[in-house]
Amino acid sequence: MNSLTDVEVKALTLRAEDIRENIIKMLLSAGSGHTAGPLGMADIFTCLYFRLLNHNPKHPAWNQRDRVILSNGHIAPVLYATLAFAGYFPVGELKTLRAFGTRLQGHPHRESLPGLETTSGPLGCGLSQAIGMALIDKFEEHKPDRYFYCLMGDGEMDEGQVWESFLLLGKNKLNKVISIIDRNTIQIDGFTEDVLPLEPLKDKLESFNLNVIEIDGHNFRDIAGAVWQAKSILNKPTVIIAHTIPGRGVKDFEGNFNWHGKAPNEEEAKEALKELRSFRGKVTHSGD
Amino acid sequence: MLNKNLFTINEEEKPTREGFGEGLLSIGKDERVMALCADLTDSVKMNLFKKEYPKRFFEMGITEQAMSGVASGMASMGYVPFIASYAMFSPGRNWEQIRTTICYNNQPVKIIGAHAGVSVGPDGATHQAIEDIALMRVIPNMNVFVPCDYIEAREITKTMLDFNHPAYIRLTRENTPVILDENYKFFLGKAYIIHLPKKEFNYRVGIISCGPVIYEAMKAARLLEKEGIGVTVVNMPTVKPLDTSFLLRFVKNVQSLVTVEEHQVAGGLGSAVAEFLSEHHPMKIVRVGIEDRFGQSGKMKDLYEEYGLTAKHIVEKVKSVIV
Repeated sequence: MNSLTDVEVKALTLRAEDIRENIIKMLLSAGSGHTAGPLGMADIFTCLYFRLLNHNPKHPAWNQRDRVILSNGHIAPVLYATLAFAGYFPVGELKTLRAFGTRLQGHPHRESLPGLETTSGPLGCGLSQAIGMALIDKFEEHKPDRYFYCLMGDGEMDEGQVWESFLLLGKNKLNKVISIIDRNTIQIDGFTEDVLPLEPLKDKLESFNLNVIEIDGHNFRDIAGAVWQAKSILNKPTVIIAHTIPGRGVKDFEGNFNWHGKAPNEEEAKEALKELRSFRGKVTHSGD
Repeated sequence: MLNKNLFTINEEEKPTREGFGEGLLSIGKDERVMALCADLTDSVKMNLFKKEYPKRFFEMGITEQAMSGVASGMASMGYVPFIASYAMFSPGRNWEQIRTTICYNNQPVKIIGAHAGVSVGPDGATHQAIEDIALMRVIPNMNVFVPCDYIEAREITKTMLDFNHPAYIRLTRENTPVILDENYKFFLGKAYIIHLPKKEFNYRVGIISCGPVIYEAMKAARLLEKEGIGVTVVNMPTVKPLDTSFLLRFVKNVQSLVTVEEHQVAGGLGSAVAEFLSEHHPMKIVRVGIEDRFGQSGKMKDLYEEYGLTAKHIVEKVKSVIV
């Protein structure tokens, strides 16, 4: 595979904007939730669900599907918005986020909503589940060509379970597990390097016998290229460190750890949507 | 149903963990069964399965937390994973992973907690899980099983193959009497009478118990009969879901109740029974168990003595409810 075409990149860019706008709207109607992480991961989710994944929203339980395991469940709004646009459930349902009786629980609950592979929220739990799925995949003899994408936050690298899982990943050489770490450098109490330093993260991961690729998590060609490269490496599992800007798309939110765990109020949401729409206008009217 | 050599000089002894190992081996011919262990393979008797089905045995290293997640991932692919460690570490250390990733996620993982109770002995309090029943039974979707002997451990394990829910099975280290016979059949969710007094007595006490300590309860019942007190002993290998219909029928025939378990009195079988009966059939209940203390090093016999789990102690407790 070579690269995404300009037409593809433009389509993905616009789709990511749909998702960002809906993240803001959902959070506004919920009145609580996480803003920075979902906006920062919108490009990666878009690239996965609208370009890279082998999946079928009409048959969420299709056995051959690629699995997306969201480990840092608090960025649920980006997963929900992406699943809705992909056709797993009506986009109109997004406004029920966090409301009583909703299928869109504050943190993802597998049995509540089609398209969810796991239940998550407490940090550090995703990778081990992806490993379990991939061990079964490795065990099965006549298996479809399917991949297990584990999406993690950088803050959750603090959890011991993550490193237990990296040990198991390296030991079992599960090359069909593709881990993507959202390296947005923030967590609730501040910058990751102040709270509990992770660097040199790439060196740490490589020392666990993992193949590590660093990318710009907002560049669709980077995202797709890293995933294709990961699929071509058979002797080691790949971890993609995706450098992202938390709150991406809204200048006031970008890079500000105060936006990790709160939702915009009406005024802030209005400003954010204005900014996102003006960006959409620029993309739509730029030449192909 | 009872082993013919029970309470004779030919009494047999085997640990419950061995029953698990043999049960797992016997259902292992089903390709869906996966066995995961956290560096204690021989000790928890998963070695039998490992030898026969090496491709479906997974050495996890000492990663109880990740092991719970790995098993959940396997279950989501349609398999039946068993994860084994000492009860103190699983479900002791990985409680939240069990809650979120297994129970709330509703994946049918089987958790094998070996070496539970003070009877594990010389290793001391750090390795003596006496809170595990409480930890597991409060989680929605979880089911809790406590076999009384080798045979029951084997039969419960075999039942797990087609039990499509999360489950916890509590095992013990030491050789303990084989109470049941080879033809014993385990009925999931059902309590049953394991000892009936030989004749009618004026005062009737019920003992409800689970785990190998039930042997002490049965011994106590035999002693009490000689003193004119009729005691019926009930085995409740399924602690959750609690067999409430059995309880309601049973308590009509006894005047008071004693529960016996090798666990903290807080939160275990006795609590479960008392919680239910206090709402549906209030009566005098005395719980025998460990009373808000940690264990310590020693032989099983000495520890049973120290923590009040012997037949002699149970006799005293039964007498205390007869006023």
